[in-house]
Amino acid sequence: MKHARLVWKNLTRNKRRTILTSLSVAVALFLFAALQSVLTALAASTEVGSESRLITRNATGITFPLPESYTQRLRGVEGVGSVSWANWFGATYIDSRNFFAQFAVDAESYFPMYPEIAIEPAQLEAFMADRSATIVGRGLMEKYGWSLGQTLVLQGTIFPGDWEFVIRGVYEPDNPSFGDETMYFHYDYLYENSGRRATPGWFILELSNPTAATEIAQRIDDDFENSTAPTQTETEKAFQAGFVTMWGNVAFLVRAVGTAVFFAILFVAANTMMMSSRERVGEVAVLKTLGYKDGLLGVLVASEALAISVTGGVIGLAAAAVLLRNNPAVSSILPGYAVLPSTIVQGIVIAIALGLISGFLPARQAARLSVVHALRKVA
Amino acid sequence: MALIEIRNLTKRYQTEAELISVLEDVDLDIEAGEYLSLMGPSGSGKSTLLNLLAGLDKPDAGTITIDGSEITSLKTNQLADWRASHVGFVFQFYNLLPVLTAYQNVELPLLLTNLSKGERRERVEVALNVVSLSDRMGHYPRQLSGGQEQRVGIARAIVSDPAMILADEPTGDLDAASAEEIMNLIERLNSEFKKTVLMVTHDRQAAERAHRMMYLEKGVLHQ
Repeated sequence: MKHARLVWKNLTRNKRRTILTSLSVAVALFLFAALQSVLTALAASTEVGSESRLITRNATGITFPLPESYTQRLRGVEGVGSVSWANWFGATYIDSRNFFAQFAVDAESYFPMYPEIAIEPAQLEAFMADRSATIVGRGLMEKYGWSLGQTLVLQGTIFPGDWEFVIRGVYEPDNPSFGDETMYFHYDYLYENSGRRATPGWFILELSNPTAATEIAQRIDDDFENSTAPTQTETEKAFQAGFVTMWGNVAFLVRAVGTAVFFAILFVAANTMMMSSRERVGEVAVLKTLGYKDGLLGVLVASEALAISVTGGVIGLAAAAVLLRNNPAVSSILPGYAVLPSTIVQGIVIAIALGLISGFLPARQAARLSVVHALRKVA
Repeated sequence: MALIEIRNLTKRYQTEAELISVLEDVDLDIEAGEYLSLMGPSGSGKSTLLNLLAGLDKPDAGTITIDGSEITSLKTNQLADWRASHVGFVFQFYNLLPVLTAYQNVELPLLLTNLSKGERRERVEVALNVVSLSDRMGHYPRQLSGGQEQRVGIARAIVSDPAMILADEPTGDLDAASAEEIMNLIERLNSEFKKTVLMVTHDRQAAERAHRMMYLEKGVLHQ
């Protein structure tokens, strides 16, 4: 601590350089927190799906629907407790940029299957009684400033035209990763208003015996193998994980960008520290003449790099924690997106590593400096 | 027994083209409390001898024994400890740290000791008082004249109360008036505070103020 003043004085010797270096670390750590949170949100989303629910979809692809007649056949499969279905609606609100997930669901069977979607009983009752009713997430309500009882007009894309809905309920998920920016409405409403062109996008099966999920899924797919629409059945968790797999390259890209940024900033910080150290060769020689040991001088120089890096890291991580909290631009794409405490801890570890690595060379240079040569150079 | 005993001291430098002998078989005894000046042309080995005495450089042959310790056999870290407590070094160009005030510059050697903040303050104030700069404690080097900077450098050299002061052309960068002040101060350190002083200088008048004058030429020491 006795030498803290010397470290501080050297840091403030060239304020502009110190601030700019620190800010470059701050930007890097902000980026790290933002990108790492994408990865944690993706990972968390795979945990949302249930192991006790199966998803049966068209084997050709999720965009191909299934016949409604499959409902009865699926209900008859041994081990299946109840069956529901849902459709992707894909409309926009006022402007094409205002996009959020909308599902047409068989409400009577769907909501009992999803205890994660918490709705007040009175609101659910009101929703069930009104065919044009919708239930929306708390996040959407806040994002667009909607209120209960308000009529919304959405512009259909898959099912063209203006679609009117009345908000009858607001749900709040029990897990942030489930997302609170989704809209649910009656499948019947879609079926009738689309001119009866809609058929289920996928089926959700609640199992009476979740341990037999694999066998049941296999049996279902075998049953429909030779039908007009063969199926692919998997647990809801695997289904969600499949979506994340589609993000696979994004995850790789995120890691690659993060690594590139880390090394870019490392070189910037190391170069700055080297420049700063080179400018003070004479002073280091004087300190050695006064009796300062090589190790202590190395520690003093490394401390400067560490202080710059950790300060920048704390600024960047704090900015990320504040600016990315409840950010609607991100959370609508990635439900549950948040800068977690574990990300902050990782960021601080990275900032410390960055400081130590960038300070290593100048510290070694200071420790190994030949006093005689350095003094001769100064003279 | 002399405070400083130099025996068969040899130092050579290898350049790309040749091996240059800077000091050749130098023998010298300096008594405790002695004030010795060392003269010689540029490149004669004066600063090299000073660096060897301060433990900043290693000889190729020979020994230096100071106050019973053979410093030529000490390792780098041991030398640093020894230097901190036994040597006060005065540079030609003062070599104060520009980001520190006069007080903070003088305090630097004491940061290596176990002295408390209060004890350090007391010692720094005494040292600055000796060089008559008590009123410039909070000044940065850029706010001081050359003579004042050198006085701060001397205060830094004596603050840890070393037995030996090594001065490498302490007046070489000063005007005549300032040089006179510094010479008076060095003389006082020797006479009043009983410091053993070895001063390298080009200035014959300054050298003649010492108890003994030595002349170094082509690595050989002459009385």
